[in-house]
Amino acid sequence: MPETLPATGLLSASWLLIALPLLGAAVLLLGGRRTDRWGHLLATGLVAASFVLGVLSVVQLAGLAEESVTVDLFTFIDSGSLDVRAGLLVDPLSAVFLLLITGVGTLIHVYSIGYMAHDPGRRRFFAYLNLFVAAMLVLVLGNSYVALYVGWEGVGLASYLLIAFWYTRPSAATAAKKAFIMNRVGDVGLAIAIFVMFAQLGTTSYEDVFGSVGLLAGGTVTAIGLLLLLGACGKSGQFPLQAWLPDAMEGPTPVSALIHAATMVTAGVYLIARSAPVYDATETARTVVLVIGAVTILIGAVIGCAHDDIKKVLAYSTVSQIGYMFLAVGLGPVGYAAGIAHLVTHGFFKAGLFLGAGSVMHGMGDQVDMRRFGGLATKMKTTFVTFGLGYLALIGFPFLSGYWTKDAIIEAAFDKGGTSGWLLGGVAVLGAGLTAFYMTRLMFMTFFGTPRWEDGVHPHESPPVMTVPMIVLAVGSVAGGFLLTQTFPLVEWLEPVFGPEAEREHVIAPLLVSVLVTAVVAVGVIAAWLLVGRREVPVTAPARVSPVVTAARRNLYADALNESVFMRPGMWLTRALVWVDNRGVDGAVNGLAAGLGGSSSRLGRAQTGFVRSYALGMLGGAVIVTAALLAVAS
Amino acid sequence: MTDFPWLIVMIALPLVGGAVVAALPAGRDPLARGLTLGVSLAVLVLAAGATIAFDTGGDRFQLTTSTPWIESFGVDFALGVDGIALVMLLLIGVLVPVVVVASWDDTSAGRRSMRGYFAWLLVLEAMMVGVFAATDVFLFYVFFEAMLVPMYFIIGSFGGPRRQYAAVKFFLYSLLGGLVMLASVIGLYVVSNSQLGEGTFAFDALRQLEIDTDVQKLLFLGFFLAFAIKAPLFPFHTWLPDSGAEAPIGGGVLLVGVLDKVGTFGFLRYCLPLFPDAARDFAPWILTLAVIGIIYAALLAMGQSDLKRLVTYTSIAHFGFIALGIFAFSTEGGTGAVLYMVNHGISTGLLFLAIGMLIARGGTREISAYGGVAKRAPVLAGVLLIAGLSSLALPGTNSFVSEFLVLIGSFPTRPAFTVVATVGIVLAALYVLLLVQRTMHGPERGLVAEEPGRFHDLDRRELVVAAPLIALVIGLGVYPQPLLDLIDPAVSATMSDIGSDPAGTTPAITEAGAGD
Repeated sequence: MPETLPATGLLSASWLLIALPLLGAAVLLLGGRRTDRWGHLLATGLVAASFVLGVLSVVQLAGLAEESVTVDLFTFIDSGSLDVRAGLLVDPLSAVFLLLITGVGTLIHVYSIGYMAHDPGRRRFFAYLNLFVAAMLVLVLGNSYVALYVGWEGVGLASYLLIAFWYTRPSAATAAKKAFIMNRVGDVGLAIAIFVMFAQLGTTSYEDVFGSVGLLAGGTVTAIGLLLLLGACGKSGQFPLQAWLPDAMEGPTPVSALIHAATMVTAGVYLIARSAPVYDATETARTVVLVIGAVTILIGAVIGCAHDDIKKVLAYSTVSQIGYMFLAVGLGPVGYAAGIAHLVTHGFFKAGLFLGAGSVMHGMGDQVDMRRFGGLATKMKTTFVTFGLGYLALIGFPFLSGYWTKDAIIEAAFDKGGTSGWLLGGVAVLGAGLTAFYMTRLMFMTFFGTPRWEDGVHPHESPPVMTVPMIVLAVGSVAGGFLLTQTFPLVEWLEPVFGPEAEREHVIAPLLVSVLVTAVVAVGVIAAWLLVGRREVPVTAPARVSPVVTAARRNLYADALNESVFMRPGMWLTRALVWVDNRGVDGAVNGLAAGLGGSSSRLGRAQTGFVRSYALGMLGGAVIVTAALLAVAS
Repeated sequence: MTDFPWLIVMIALPLVGGAVVAALPAGRDPLARGLTLGVSLAVLVLAAGATIAFDTGGDRFQLTTSTPWIESFGVDFALGVDGIALVMLLLIGVLVPVVVVASWDDTSAGRRSMRGYFAWLLVLEAMMVGVFAATDVFLFYVFFEAMLVPMYFIIGSFGGPRRQYAAVKFFLYSLLGGLVMLASVIGLYVVSNSQLGEGTFAFDALRQLEIDTDVQKLLFLGFFLAFAIKAPLFPFHTWLPDSGAEAPIGGGVLLVGVLDKVGTFGFLRYCLPLFPDAARDFAPWILTLAVIGIIYAALLAMGQSDLKRLVTYTSIAHFGFIALGIFAFSTEGGTGAVLYMVNHGISTGLLFLAIGMLIARGGTREISAYGGVAKRAPVLAGVLLIAGLSSLALPGTNSFVSEFLVLIGSFPTRPAFTVVATVGIVLAALYVLLLVQRTMHGPERGLVAEEPGRFHDLDRRELVVAAPLIALVIGLGVYPQPLLDLIDPAVSATMSDIGSDPAGTTPAITEAGAGD
């Protein structure tokens, strides 16, 4: 960690970054229907203002000798030896997130003006979106693990509110609850990690924790690393806590784009990268991060191949892509910056893809079943082109964003060396092929082939307020990777946080990796053409399929497992306990109650009975204790 | 200002007010509730004044007064507050007027007069102030028992269909605890008599006694049982769901919000300083009960079909956290526990009131009778959600600070118990979100579908009830330090009584953490 200095100038007003969207949320929620007409504009304007302020702040930050400043705000919790101050840390890492969150956030606010134009709950929607941006900024700008935790659960709330936005649908209400609960499971890990830090080091601030990690016993560091990882898995939809993320697609599509693709779900990656000094000191925890990343890459990609719901496919794609980021940060110093770079480009193209999917749904009467799409390329040209560019960026088409940032991760995986390097690299390459397959399948089913629209559906292009953000994100999807790896390398920008780029031996020449990955991607694309593109897509999913497809359609039985291991036994336990509490625990004392007072139906009589027994009891109690005391004393 | 008899006035004013309200002629109900509101607001002002007069850096007990009362037994009418008692007085000051406004129109159902209800509320307020402000153990005992009477009548005369059963059960349980405590109080007197030459009940004198460990254990158990029933701690909890469910909403708020805190307050004020050796010996057992309670009550809350019983079970789970913070013997944990008492009063009070507003519309406590209320009454749904989020200790709400302090403060001394308790935060999320989903989300079901007209959104009076509590939920969630500044010194003093490091938990690695 570099020296951090108190902020000056504009940076000292960094709290405004959070306060602006928070103000928006407050005005919209408290203002009620009075704000219906202009609330969405206020919300969008405030996030945009936060973005502009963020850009100016980062410019100032870049000009400083020490690119890391703190803003001390107020005493949050001070008791005994615990002293948690509310404070912000603006450094190259938080700056990247700051720009991503407010930048993509602004675009999605703009898009939502169109997308939610006819929804009666529009004001509430924008209030929650603003709340989300504020909480997410607390998460990435906080200067201690406690501040991170506050933002962490804050975004969980915003996510809950937005998934349940259409709460009259039981599926939306259930999905929201599921998301919150599975996140909370992860939060237990994060919370206990913070407790361990306090117990061992007496502090929770990044600066002090990282400064004294070296003093901790190896087992303790590993424990902290694994506990933080549990939190990261919950928030980022990583194995074994991935099952909530696809269900979260019940929320309006801009929510899926902003929260469940571009920003919130990548918070786990942020947590691990931010805790680099911890993970640098524990090989074991890093290995577990690697394994989880690799497993999740495959889980997400395999399931993504089988779903027909366009948003579910994109959701599993997100699960899988975040797996790549976990893989990257699990590699340690060689991977942190690569993981963050992929996180940023993924933020562009996946947000763009979701907005495109929303545009398709908008034109198709909220249909999400790709079997009911087809032939939309000519009907929705802007959507098709921007979505297509996002698609190419995601599968790693040469020189588009994914090509630069995903290949960098795959390279680093191979460079780890040894069997594990080959294994991880192999999984990453295989994942790239599967990604190409499911995304090409999605493209064919949605934009090509014969129309399979339901009656009365007249696809049309979305209004400019929606397409302009899509175009901006498409530009990012095309150029972002090149800019962030070649022109303004993120690796260098992040050097103050992660240290100078490590020299490393290449196991396979980078060029060869590129060729290999591109070839595998091509195989995936061709396979999709052979299996989907050149055939007629049936409007109902075929029932007779291989066990693999069945398993993938059922999300590899993750939900079935959760249900049979946790939910059903939990329900039985709860029922049993209710019975026990009413009969057993209460029954014993109830007998006494019945004996003394229950038989008398009138209160008056009961009362006189009590006064007598009260007096008797008083006497009896006093006699017993006095006797006991005398016995002890003598 | 410090010479003003704050505490005596805070007891006398509602007592006199209660008598006046009770003496009002029939048919003067509007005057009765106006008078009650006025008196309760005056007590709030007094509590605020007492807080201003209180010097956080000064003596442990302040605003003290003492008059000999039963001289032959050395009983004094002695009052005084430390930071712990003071924040409880503030809680009482806030909750009673809110309850009065919430009960404004509760004349329906042809029950006894409102005058009676409001009179008992004021008497209860006086007793509650007394129990927290007493610095003489006998006087504490008197208030502890006297407090039962108004609550007994509030439940038994103004409660739900099974109110008599519930009131009797409440009385019996409390009585049992109280009697055993009385024995211990007398025991303390006997010990003080033999050690000091003359018997006393003064807390400060009793604190100096050197009591033999075996005697400590006996006396400790007497106090402990009374407080464990009052708190209530698993497995002494079964009276609370009945009482809480049958009590009228306003009475329920004060029962769960304040009365139960006398139990946890008693642990901290009496059990720890008076019997430190016994407290240390029994701590693992008590912590076990606390942690079982957290998990057990949370599971039970999920299984309830009655709205009010559900809330009482969530409270039992929360009391487990408070007991954990107290018996972990760390300043952070203890401070967190005291803050938890205040915050729980606010957030469960709000939850109880929100549930009450729902029941006022539907007329039944059955959860299954409701569904999809949010569409009809979005503000009510919002209030219930905020109360629920506070109950599950979401950061940004008041309860996060206290639950976090309890857990982070207990972890260094009791890691295993703390880890199990932390799992409770998942269960808390479950019972809260299940409640929200069942009643508020989904399509309109049950009564809401049958008689949608009854489920209008909150009216002005109901907003006045909810607003101050919501403001406190968020205000204390963002800036809790003023309360912590009051609580922390008193908890430190308690921890030094028991021989724990009053400065707080020392990190395992002391040379580290020297960040500044």
